[in-house]
Amino acid sequence: MSGTPLLQVVELSKSFGGVQAVNRVSFDLHKGELLGIIGPNGSGKTTTVNLITGFVKATSGKVFYQGRDITSWSPHKIVRLGISRTFQMVKPFYQLPAFKNVIIPLYSPRVKGLVGGKYGDRSAVALDLLEEVGFERDAQVAYKVASVLPQGYLKRLELAKAIALQPDLIILDELFSGLSLAEVASIVPIIEKLLLEGKTIIMIEHRLKEVFRIAHRVIVLNYGRLIADGPAEEVMENEEVKKAYLGSED
Amino acid sequence: MKKRKERIDRGIKVRSGDIFALCSWREMLYLSGPRLFPLIACAVLPLVLDTYWQRVLLSVAIFGLLAISWDILAQSSMVSLGQALFFGMGAYCSGAMDHYWHLSPFITIPLATIMGGVISTILLLPVLRLRGIYFAMVTLIIPLMLVRIIEATKILGGTEGISGLTSLPSHWIELYLSLAALLAALFGFRRLMDSDYGLVLKGINDNDRSVMNAGINIYWFKAQALFLSSAVGAFAGALMTHVYMFVGMPVFALDYSILPIAAVVVGGGGSLAGAVLGAFILVPLSEALRALGGLRIVFYGAFLVFFIVALPEGIFHFITRKYHQFERWVEVEK
Repeated sequence: MSGTPLLQVVELSKSFGGVQAVNRVSFDLHKGELLGIIGPNGSGKTTTVNLITGFVKATSGKVFYQGRDITSWSPHKIVRLGISRTFQMVKPFYQLPAFKNVIIPLYSPRVKGLVGGKYGDRSAVALDLLEEVGFERDAQVAYKVASVLPQGYLKRLELAKAIALQPDLIILDELFSGLSLAEVASIVPIIEKLLLEGKTIIMIEHRLKEVFRIAHRVIVLNYGRLIADGPAEEVMENEEVKKAYLGSED
Repeated sequence: MKKRKERIDRGIKVRSGDIFALCSWREMLYLSGPRLFPLIACAVLPLVLDTYWQRVLLSVAIFGLLAISWDILAQSSMVSLGQALFFGMGAYCSGAMDHYWHLSPFITIPLATIMGGVISTILLLPVLRLRGIYFAMVTLIIPLMLVRIIEATKILGGTEGISGLTSLPSHWIELYLSLAALLAALFGFRRLMDSDYGLVLKGINDNDRSVMNAGINIYWFKAQALFLSSAVGAFAGALMTHVYMFVGMPVFALDYSILPIAAVVVGGGGSLAGAVLGAFILVPLSEALRALGGLRIVFYGAFLVFFIVALPEGIFHFITRKYHQFERWVEVEK
């Protein structure tokens, strides 16, 4: 892990009215790393991701991607550079069949640029991507309208849409929330495969066990402040983290 | 015993769903029938109607185009109450080019289609970020404002309008040109909305943040949809200018905004074909009710309400379902 970091977050802050949602958060992320972001509810995890991906404008601070200042760029431009994300509250196109949901990211300028102008059959590629994230091809689930799909499939669909953009950095916002243990167990290998392909991943998660198993490094947020940064075991020994999760004694 | 309605695809729909459609004439006719029917109808109808109903047919084509224009916008997340803006823009552009530059209608109509589309798009560009009712309100207000500007500044003929414009060479050309444009817009934009490009527009309607997250600039796509839609409306206006040989403030009238919406509601939105079907029902109906005098609008309104209540999905979707599927009652196991 040397050279310039892939992503650099410097003193990033966001306040909504009087609430300091994110307070001078700084961290680096290197290529091929899997970073876990954990913290109690309302600690600013999702806001941090929204700031990085341009969905929310920063009050102060900077975000650098591959050495380039991308602070407050619009979301579609940031995606074009190679950052894609999933949403905690899934955002599928409810009126479209699952595989057509994936065609939309395949239509993006980023994918067009990578493929070089002409694109063959987007539907076939979309179906392949869906199979990759666990839509059984024989069961015809991929052809069902997204509004009738159960939560597990919607989460997988989010992942497929993010992967379709051929990103270098994938941000997964609570991908595991609302899923059964069996479903989580079946998605973990997909994430590990992405790592093997050389992708860099940020995972926001409440399920500490799964994060600690696969994350190289974990950062902990509490009340918008970064309170710990390091390998999982080290972070969990941190007194401040224990307090944040278990509450202080007084 | 409780019963439940079950819908099953017709055998012929399944058989004609692939290359196998080429096996028999029946399957081929099943596929081509719905596409050939409007073509043949538009070719034959002008020949069998008298002059009065030919005029009505022209009106049907114009409102059909405006309804298509409305439906394209609606499918791309923009609900408009101002089709009159596009119609009037096209009408004034072609009228002015005819009056001041003495250009032929065959030049002014295509030019006005593009100019009307560009000007309307530029006027609405600043409010592209607005959604739902907020966008609709702006589209409603702009044509009303334009009317007052023309009235107050007396430009483009002021309240008098511009009359004595060049007409098209014959009323057959007017009629067939409008019907050809209607069919071209119907089939062309249906194809476009079914393509991956159309999918992006529908995606914006469904969830715009998710489209942004797919690395797509939604405002650029909305602006394109707005241009396509307003160009269709502007064409209708430009054509009518040369039919009436007059352009004036009535081109911004509320009728051109409201009737297309009613056509889409009756015919069924999201398919463009429903919009055209709605125009084919509502415009002749309005003419047929003319004999009722003052009560006309009452019957017309009652008809609209009946359709909205009885067939909220629209006639086109109802017919499509009947064409592709049959229904049967099955007993529900307790």
